[in-house]
Amino acid sequence: MKTYDIVIVGGGPAGLAAAVAAKEAGNDSILILERDHELGGILNQCIHNGFGLHTFKEELTGPEYAYRFIKQVLDLGIEYKLNTMVMDIAPDKTVTAMNREDGMFTIPAKAVILAMGCRERPRGALNIPGYRPAGIFSAGTAQRLVNIEGYMPGREVVILGSGDIGLIMARRMTLEGAKVKVVAELMPYSGGLKRNIVQCLDDYGIPLKLSHTVVDIEGKDHVTAVTIAKVGPDRKPIPGTEIRYTCDTLLLSCGLIPENELSRSAGVKMSPVTSGPVVNESLETNIPGVFACGNVLHVHDLVDYVSEEAKRAGENAVKYINEGCRDSENQDFIEIAATDGARYTVPSSINLDRMSDLLTVRFRVGDVYKDSFVSVYFDDERILHNQKRIMAPGEMEQIILKKSQLKEHEGLKKITVKIEAE
Amino acid sequence: MYDIVIIGAGVSGSAVAREVSRYDVSACVLEKCEDVCEGTSKANSAIVHAGFDAEEGSLMAKLNVEGNEMMDQLSKDLDIPFKRNGSLVVCVHKEELDGIKDLYDRGVKNGVKGLKILSREEALELEPNLSENVEGALFAPTGGIVCPFELNIAMAENANMNGVEFRFNTEVEDIKKCDDGLWHIRTNNGEYVSRVVVNAAGVHADEIHNMVSADKMHIIERRGDYCLLDKEVGGFVSHTIFPQPTKYGKGVLVTPTVHGNLLVGPTAIDIEDKEGTNTTAKGLDEVFAKASENVKNLPMRNVITSFAGLRAHLEKHEFVIEEVKDAENFIDVAGIESPGLSASPAIGKMVGNMLKDKMGLKEKSDWIATRKGVKSTEGLSIDEMNALIKENPAYGTIICRCESITEGEILDAIHRPLGARSLDGVKRRTRAGMGRCQAGFCSPRTMEIINRELGLPYEKITKSGGKSNIILERTKGEVSHS
Repeated sequence: MKTYDIVIVGGGPAGLAAAVAAKEAGNDSILILERDHELGGILNQCIHNGFGLHTFKEELTGPEYAYRFIKQVLDLGIEYKLNTMVMDIAPDKTVTAMNREDGMFTIPAKAVILAMGCRERPRGALNIPGYRPAGIFSAGTAQRLVNIEGYMPGREVVILGSGDIGLIMARRMTLEGAKVKVVAELMPYSGGLKRNIVQCLDDYGIPLKLSHTVVDIEGKDHVTAVTIAKVGPDRKPIPGTEIRYTCDTLLLSCGLIPENELSRSAGVKMSPVTSGPVVNESLETNIPGVFACGNVLHVHDLVDYVSEEAKRAGENAVKYINEGCRDSENQDFIEIAATDGARYTVPSSINLDRMSDLLTVRFRVGDVYKDSFVSVYFDDERILHNQKRIMAPGEMEQIILKKSQLKEHEGLKKITVKIEAE
Repeated sequence: MYDIVIIGAGVSGSAVAREVSRYDVSACVLEKCEDVCEGTSKANSAIVHAGFDAEEGSLMAKLNVEGNEMMDQLSKDLDIPFKRNGSLVVCVHKEELDGIKDLYDRGVKNGVKGLKILSREEALELEPNLSENVEGALFAPTGGIVCPFELNIAMAENANMNGVEFRFNTEVEDIKKCDDGLWHIRTNNGEYVSRVVVNAAGVHADEIHNMVSADKMHIIERRGDYCLLDKEVGGFVSHTIFPQPTKYGKGVLVTPTVHGNLLVGPTAIDIEDKEGTNTTAKGLDEVFAKASENVKNLPMRNVITSFAGLRAHLEKHEFVIEEVKDAENFIDVAGIESPGLSASPAIGKMVGNMLKDKMGLKEKSDWIATRKGVKSTEGLSIDEMNALIKENPAYGTIICRCESITEGEILDAIHRPLGARSLDGVKRRTRAGMGRCQAGFCSPRTMEIINRELGLPYEKITKSGGKSNIILERTKGEVSHS
């Protein structure tokens, strides 16, 4: 098997953008490994619009957005293999993969970019009681069936979880002629973007019941009814609040989990909060030369942010190859901590020497905050205090750090991001 | 017209079918579901019990110990995973230590080999994740774990290879002895006539029995909820950890599975619904609470699925394997609750011998004792994988990414004797869809393969037969699949 400088695991939006950026940064030895039969990843089944407002200043569908990057990959002559499953990534960056034509093969790479995306939390993980009939789908699986395969799962639908895919599918199923009876959400706030609540539920008169969960599923062979109930502050159902909906389909949109099985086996250090790798300013993991971007790193709301992040990963992979392993032992790292309502930050550390002039730090909050402040402290000194009208866990937040500003604070050890009431 | 009709393609019926297939007879298995292993046999603890629980001198005790002893050879012959991981009955209350001693004595009388009473320290050394409160334990080195699906499927397949017919989606509606002295079995798929009937209908065995006998039988459906945990925590315990048994059974256990998951359960609640395999919030909470009495820090956040199974409990808590007194040539295999899975090879043997003596059966000269399972790619080296892919490129395509199951394995599962026709059928034969994403990724792909290989239209592909269709209809217009 040929060797490559950079192996990118995943040909979705993150992998494609990373590949383009790496090629443009001057590396010609790049291979994308994609398990599906086409490039583009999950965008191929996202046939609704609203993609690319930040990147292209226009509203594209998922496949259109993906194609912008696929075309660049093709034009730049970047190599890729489809229908190819990566089986293992060794700590020395040897990638083992498999497909029908090549069989099982290994590639010793100089740098690896993790871009495997995420998957949905299944029913089992939610511990929903009841029967286990046909008619229960994760929203993404239903989206694939409807949008790619051309099949309808059912006609009367209950949706649990108000993640973006669930909201989008509420509208999609409605447009295909199904009746979406209710969207139930365990938390007192939606897990999706505000714009999706408006455009996918409100516009179609689909009720959203916050602080509700599914307490029973009926139907031995196929779903016949779903019962939801209100939950208290402990998120336990309150007896007597049950509402039963007859239906033939239950869609679950209860959270996305970065798909890091390969990262783990490679020895990549993971964040228990994001379920993605812990990375520094270069989006490099604890293994030098292994980078991560997109939803495998942390779940994004907008693909535009994925593309922008992946670009940085691609550029940094080339830098790593050109400059060799930059020994991190002797470097002073600045830690970025998230406290007081800020749940995490990506990245979570900065090497000042390697930092570019501007660094975008993204994070999510753990609750809904109204008229609160995003504060950034350099050690004990507050240097940023931005008021936000509303912040919610479903919407990613960001701050931008300037290298010059960090340099002014000599001996800076720790940057803290927190949410403050005033 | 058959010599023998067996009702039920669960683990008991399939074990009987395999034993019967040794002889020169015409035999048929009638199964109301669309596949083997669709009832009690598919949802249980997957344990091969050592045999110290059942009452001394009972049929249960005898067949449990025999079945356990048969399992090594059987698993080799039928190419199914089986592991003697040993079991521990844990005592967390000093005053209950006598109970452990009683179990030990009973086990010795039942013929269980190698039993040993462990001190607190010895128990903790074997299983560091036991509760801090452990006072002692009964160690049974012969306790084991098995794949209940594969045990059931393998016995059925092997029976089928040896000439036993299987009729699926065939539900028995009535049975009558006619003037010709034969049993006439009316089903939704026509009438079957047989010299001998074996009733191995699981929780429905009472209904079948009551069709032919004045001495009525009543099976109590005893439901148990289980949680299955991710392989990430499969090594949380290495032995099967039982609490002290009660009158409701062997209690909530914590055990590794042969495929490397962790299984916790079951609860035990008597219900009156032969289809009542729904889990309840109370039951799932109880699984965690009870299991936590014996092990500490149980990683319940790693649950990937939960399910409930039914046990066919008879009041007298004993297997009933006998010719029905007022129905000559009708043999009950009823009340097969735990340890039915462990005992199943011995149940098959016992019924096979009964029939041999009764009918004067002659052994075939060309009986095939062995069967190969779906070829697994797990643990193959790169060279071995490449040889396999070269021979059949379908082994180069991963369909289920959680369990790394290839298209080749799924094709094998579909095209072998009594092959899979549904998503669950594929799952139970290959584990595709049994991983942490629970078929979210692979089900559309598995449907594609079933559609292509069996010519089943998408609308007719089911999760597990019957009306469990995955999709309803096409969206607008035709879609071409490239």
